[in-house]
Amino acid sequence: MKINEKDLALKLALPVIAVVVWELLAIYVNNPVILPRVEAVVNVLIHPNQGILGTGNLIDNTLISIKRVLSGFFLASAVAIPLGILMGHYKTVNNLFDTIIELLRPIPPLAWVPLSLAWFGLGEMSMIFIIFIGAFFPILINTISGVKSVPTPLIEAALTLGAKGRDILLKVVIPASSPSILTGLRVGAGIAWMCVVAAEMLPSSNAGLGYLIMYAYSISRMDVVIACMIIIGIIGLILDRGLRYIEDKYFAWRKMMK
Amino acid sequence: MNVKLKVENLSKIFEFNGNRVKALENINLEVYENEFLTVMGPSGCGKTTLLRIIAGLDTPTEGRVLLDGREVKGPGADRGVVFQQYTLMPWRTVLKNVTFGLELRGVPKDERIKIAKKFIKMVGLEGFEDAYPYQLSGGMQQRVAIARTLANNPEIVLMDEPFAALDAQTRNILQNELLKIWQKDRKTVFFVTHSIDEAIYLSDRVVVLTARPGRIKEIVEIKLERPRDRTSIEFLEYRKLLLEILKEEVLKTIKRGE
Ligand SMILES: Nc1ncnc2c1ncn2[C@@H]1O[C@H](COP(=O)(O)OP(=O)(O)OP(=O)(O)O)[C@@H](O)[C@H]1O
Ligand SMILES: [Mg+2]
Repeated sequence: MKINEKDLALKLALPVIAVVVWELLAIYVNNPVILPRVEAVVNVLIHPNQGILGTGNLIDNTLISIKRVLSGFFLASAVAIPLGILMGHYKTVNNLFDTIIELLRPIPPLAWVPLSLAWFGLGEMSMIFIIFIGAFFPILINTISGVKSVPTPLIEAALTLGAKGRDILLKVVIPASSPSILTGLRVGAGIAWMCVVAAEMLPSSNAGLGYLIMYAYSISRMDVVIACMIIIGIIGLILDRGLRYIEDKYFAWRKMMK
Repeated sequence: MNVKLKVENLSKIFEFNGNRVKALENINLEVYENEFLTVMGPSGCGKTTLLRIIAGLDTPTEGRVLLDGREVKGPGADRGVVFQQYTLMPWRTVLKNVTFGLELRGVPKDERIKIAKKFIKMVGLEGFEDAYPYQLSGGMQQRVAIARTLANNPEIVLMDEPFAALDAQTRNILQNELLKIWQKDRKTVFFVTHSIDEAIYLSDRVVVLTARPGRIKEIVEIKLERPRDRTSIEFLEYRKLLLEILKEEVLKTIKRGE
């Protein structure tokens, strides 16, 4: 995608205005507990190795959150993709799992927190479980719909070329639904990232970006709160753009599937 | 002359939403080994249905299909199909589309690439081996589909209006290529077309179906030496004959408002 200068100027206009307004408001309010100055936040961001009041530094906490997200996300993918493929392809598997999945799907990931704490205790496992729940359903749903929408003529063509059940699954159904699976992964990653921050804000947590936000809030360090929010936003954006890039680069042929 | 393919007392009734559509009625047909047989008939008379039943993609309501004396039960590589619509695998390059059937059969990589390249060249797409289907025009995609079917070396080739989307020039070239392969590899071809000119130019016999439900109206043997001259008096006489036979059926179809 090419961005010309005019587009770029337009795209940057509002963020720049927002920062200016923020700074003016901060000067006017003159109370860093309500609204810190831009410089204060930037100062936190440009010293990410600096320990923050005995709770580790920005980098360590960010890495902890990322690690949790990746664990939960990979676990969710490892279960949701194969299950989704089987559910989309085999009617019996679909009938077997469909009801329970439709019942569990509307439950927000955070509603699982108490059960998760009861089952897995206060440690990493319960965070990862929450992320797992958050990422699982979008990956599953997109995989199922991708598999179900593989055009019949493609399958028929493969059959007349000598493909049998297994070949159809491996050489037609899975490649044909891979763009949809990737879309599921992108949506799932976004939700996983939101879940980790929320889960880390819970009282049981003692590390991660979510924890750091709540801790900074409790000692009135709004500059740290906002710095963390900015990092969360940027990482979420990178995650989304990275997966979008893969979609565009490796799945350009998607255009033809419509 | 050996009978390659035998269609026995074949009828097909489609049922959907309580409607019953009789597509084919009591078709009896023998296709001889190495024969080039063409089926014609008004739109909706059941040509595609007949081809799909022979391919094993649809089941007959009554009757059966025999290939080399064995009853057809489902699709297989012995009956190659070139479909009316585009059915290339969009995630595979031209080359990998053409090697698909060979890959399924476990033909070694070097050999299948060699075979595929030969057929890609034959359909005039040399240099497009690494292109993806979405980068090709509709006519080019159809040529890839033809190469894909032929490279798989089926016992009988079933072709459903394969040249309908091509310009007259390309169409003529491919007709000649098809005849060359047919003569060289001693193939049996079951061909569907709307073009009288194409039918006479290519076929040993032309089967004309009635308006729906499709029954065999007449079988015309084309007794012309090859290569045929489309402008010869004899050719034009066949043209007139087939036009006459078809006109009646097409008028029936139009009267019913289809
Ligand atoms: N899957 C299906 N379900 C219901 N009816 C069908 C189905 N497939 C075909 N038909 C009906 O059977 C009849 C014959 O269809 P078919 O596609 O074989 O015609 P055709 O001769 O190939 O026509 P055309 O020349 O337009 O390609 C049509 O009336 C069609 O509506
Ligand atoms: Mg048809």
